[in-house]
Amino acid sequence: MSESHSIVPDAQLHAVHTAPGHEVAVELVGVHKWYGEFHVLKDINLKVKRGERIVICGPSGSGKSTMIRCINRLEEHQQGTIVVDGIELTDDLKRIDEIRREVGMCFQHFNLFPHLTILENCTLAPIWVRKMPKKDAEELAMHFLTKVKIPEQANKYPGQLSGGQQQRVAIARALCMKPKIMLFDEPTSALDPEMVKEVLETMVSLAEEGMTMLCVTHEMGFARQVANRVIFMDAGQIIEMNEPEAFFSNPQHERTKLFLSQILH
Amino acid sequence: MSLTFDDGTFIRAEMETPLPPPVRNIGVIGWMRENLFSSVLNTILTIVGVGLFLLIVPPLLRFMVIDAVWTGDSREACLGPDVGACWPFIGAKFGQLIYGFYPIEERWRPNVVFALGALLLVPLLVPSWPMKRLNALLFFVAFPIVAFVLLTGGNIDASAFLFERFGLIHLIVGDVTIAGINIAFWVDYILTAIVVALLVGAVIGVIGGSAPSAARNTLMVFAAFGVLVLIWDIDFGLPYVETRQWGGLLVTLVIAVTGIVASLPLGIALALGRRSTMPIVRLLSIVFIEFWRGVPLITVLFFATYMLPLFLPAGANPDGLLRALVGVALFSAAYMAEVVRGGLQAIPKGQYEGAMAMGLTWSQMMRLIILPQALTLVIPGIVNSFISLFKDTTLVLIVSIFDFLGQLRASFTDPNWASPVTLYTGFAFAGLIYFFFCFGMSRYSLFVERRLNTSHRH
Repeated sequence: MSESHSIVPDAQLHAVHTAPGHEVAVELVGVHKWYGEFHVLKDINLKVKRGERIVICGPSGSGKSTMIRCINRLEEHQQGTIVVDGIELTDDLKRIDEIRREVGMCFQHFNLFPHLTILENCTLAPIWVRKMPKKDAEELAMHFLTKVKIPEQANKYPGQLSGGQQQRVAIARALCMKPKIMLFDEPTSALDPEMVKEVLETMVSLAEEGMTMLCVTHEMGFARQVANRVIFMDAGQIIEMNEPEAFFSNPQHERTKLFLSQILH
Repeated sequence: MSLTFDDGTFIRAEMETPLPPPVRNIGVIGWMRENLFSSVLNTILTIVGVGLFLLIVPPLLRFMVIDAVWTGDSREACLGPDVGACWPFIGAKFGQLIYGFYPIEERWRPNVVFALGALLLVPLLVPSWPMKRLNALLFFVAFPIVAFVLLTGGNIDASAFLFERFGLIHLIVGDVTIAGINIAFWVDYILTAIVVALLVGAVIGVIGGSAPSAARNTLMVFAAFGVLVLIWDIDFGLPYVETRQWGGLLVTLVIAVTGIVASLPLGIALALGRRSTMPIVRLLSIVFIEFWRGVPLITVLFFATYMLPLFLPAGANPDGLLRALVGVALFSAAYMAEVVRGGLQAIPKGQYEGAMAMGLTWSQMMRLIILPQALTLVIPGIVNSFISLFKDTTLVLIVSIFDFLGQLRASFTDPNWASPVTLYTGFAFAGLIYFFFCFGMSRYSLFVERRLNTSHRH
């Protein structure tokens, strides 16, 4: 465990971000979590800087989704500390709400609200959480819907859209809250192959704008293109963490090598 | 044309264009063949169905329309062989069936209530009409108060009653009345409101909620109740009509509407309570629901009417109809809670997560995301409860409240109208009335269901 940590020397990590003014966006220190008796997260240590893009991969059941869901308290961690945007996650509901306002999330199954139109899906949180006037919220929503290239669907219901379109709406919906950090939990895993590309393109353009992103995904092309660091997890722990170039061309840990050989044909 | 080769390869040259479907199933004959006579079993069922229709409907029509007596002023008109329904009997008893023993010169009051109710309800039910918020406010808040004052006569001296029982400074200063308003009571009331608001605020603040908003909400509840007490105190000059005199359709509708309007919010609260992660709240909800579901409504009514007074301090004797109303409302709330819980369980976890991830608070999540979907899903169950509640109101007869059916049975005993068909006529009429209300609710629920069915729209 400690060996695999040392694979990424501290010096190299800092080299990634030499620009001044970078602060820590997300920090996990010694995070543990159990589901009943089952130890899902084991001593997770991770520091994500502002503007950094992290891709997390690993076999199913390795705890990668659980880890990013701990960041906005969809899952509760039982040991260790998680600090998001300078706020430590505790049981304090106010802090949790504060963090959730700043952290956007996209899910594997989109989780759009089927009883609301696309526009209403996007304006809901700005209106109720940010207390934005309805008109401004709609303008904002149309801005982001245009950005994800589906402004013409604004008055339809989620059930009338394709999977790729729904996932882009989900991204727009999260962006309407003007989040500082975006979490993606396997955003393309439930999509038809033809639709993966349009979602990835949206994510790439988001990355180019400097959004802090943590993506659980198996899209290795995406990882190569936008990630600052790639994390490989297995059995609830971080096995290897490195820059994409080094990660793919020269994996260090046996488990990583095996995994990469399975998914990269 | 496509190219097919012997070796099994295939390359399409042109895309197929869509063609219209075959016309075999179009037209009346096609429809009948498809739907009525598609197999031997279906043919037999069709014939049996037609037979049943012929067996039931013509005699019913003959009794209720063709052979029916339409005019007359006593039983004489309805005697004789082969006489159908005796409608003059209904005509003669109509007032009684609608108002019970409500004084004849005061019947305009229930009439105004009926008219107001209909006037407010109809626009509320038509989705395209504007000002829903105001309309709902009028129907659910203003209308019950107005109806209460009109039907009972108001002027119930609620402040004096409350002050005498609960007023702490009553012991010190007694009643201080200026211009018909009991100043001492209101001073006491306002002090109580402030103390309670501070306490609630403190408790909510300690367990991590927003103390100011909790205190503000508490004050608002007190203010609303204060306005209510004030209105109850005003003497509008209407003679007092005690609920013992109410009856007929009036009572049926009062019980049904109160039950329906009270049971839905109570049921939702109980369903949320039962699914709460807070153990005490969950336990209390479960105990409440299971208790009310475990006893028959007749027992509840009996207990409320005859046994409750034994447990209450002497002199405290709440109105009989009020007790029945509370019993019916709590009883149906327990059933409603389980219906709503079914809907809540059908909402995927992802909807909760989507809402939480956006930073919505628990109450926003429930109000905006979860409940709208859950309630839409269980509209059939909710309306089922409403309909069965409407029909269960007839049970209040056993605690000597004469609802529509009770009033009808009472009118059977009138020797003036004793004839062989009186009973049948009465029940046929009752059947029509109950069917009108229940079928109306059923159809309206179907309409709402179709309208709200957005999630499966493609």
